[in-house]
Amino acid sequence: MTSPAVRSAVSMSLGVAAAVSLYGISFGALAVASGLDFWQTQVLSLFMFSGGSQFAVIGLAAAGASGPSIITAAGLLGIRNGLYAVRMSAVVGPGFLKRLVAGQWTIDESTAVSIAQTDPQAERVGFWLTGAAIYVGWNSMTALGAVIGDALGDPRAWGLDAAAAAAFVALLWPRIQARQPIAIAAVAAVVTIIAVPSTPAGVPILIAAAAGLLMALASERTRA
Amino acid sequence: MTTWTTILIASAVVMGTKLLGYLVPASVASHPRIQRVSDLLTVALLASLVVTQTAGAGSAIVVDARLIAVGVAAVLLRFRVPFIVVVIVAAGVAAVLRLLGWAA
Repeated sequence: MTSPAVRSAVSMSLGVAAAVSLYGISFGALAVASGLDFWQTQVLSLFMFSGGSQFAVIGLAAAGASGPSIITAAGLLGIRNGLYAVRMSAVVGPGFLKRLVAGQWTIDESTAVSIAQTDPQAERVGFWLTGAAIYVGWNSMTALGAVIGDALGDPRAWGLDAAAAAAFVALLWPRIQARQPIAIAAVAAVVTIIAVPSTPAGVPILIAAAAGLLMALASERTRA
Repeated sequence: MTTWTTILIASAVVMGTKLLGYLVPASVASHPRIQRVSDLLTVALLASLVVTQTAGAGSAIVVDARLIAVGVAAVLLRFRVPFIVVVIVAAGVAAVLRLLGWAA
């Protein structure tokens, strides 16, 4: 009944979901360490539901960034989800409620697993199963992390701050496999190093984003 | 702006962006130029976050156990080690360095 392609989509979905969910523990613990309470942490996981944006929120909050700069940074990081949604639109198909739920589950992992499949049924299974499994797993694990975060005490003693930094490196890594993105990453990093001591918290990431955007647009002009 | 306001607005923005993607015609947003610029914007944001999470301490840039942990993470990623292992090893490296008092 189930084809090998679908079985492979199922195993890939569950593998990815297990890894991402486990990592939710460190998000929960770091969120409470950054000053959020349990429900603030869970609202981020339930409604924002996008790892990069969620870590940006708590990282910037911990650094004392202003509300508008936190919202802008999280929003800019979330733009890619909107573009994933465009790609997943045909996989999800019509139906208001279905698209509403799909929208919430459209993230890096569900899109990546779906795109990696070879037949339409496996693409659908990959998207829905990865999205659902991560939604349940991520929310459970961030809740657990938020609860045990208080018991853990200083998150630095457990290296959780380094885990967050490493997670951003892991998110960045597959995106810097060509010369142009490497150049943009380098410029963004240097701009951030210069801006951190001289601008309020939350502003350096916006300056880096502006620099990256300018470089990207400039390269589009030379391409055209 | 209170923490709750920030969290609710930021969540609504991120959630709304996803839903918006199901409303716009594919011909507009799947334009290769928009895809390329968006990919590069994401790279700039993530690179900035790598710096602040690795070396940021309030309004200062500091070198501590996080930098060594991130260096180890990069090496592991180079060898295609799975995401979850990279993150756990990075945490372990920083924790051990601090336990031994070799890095702040």
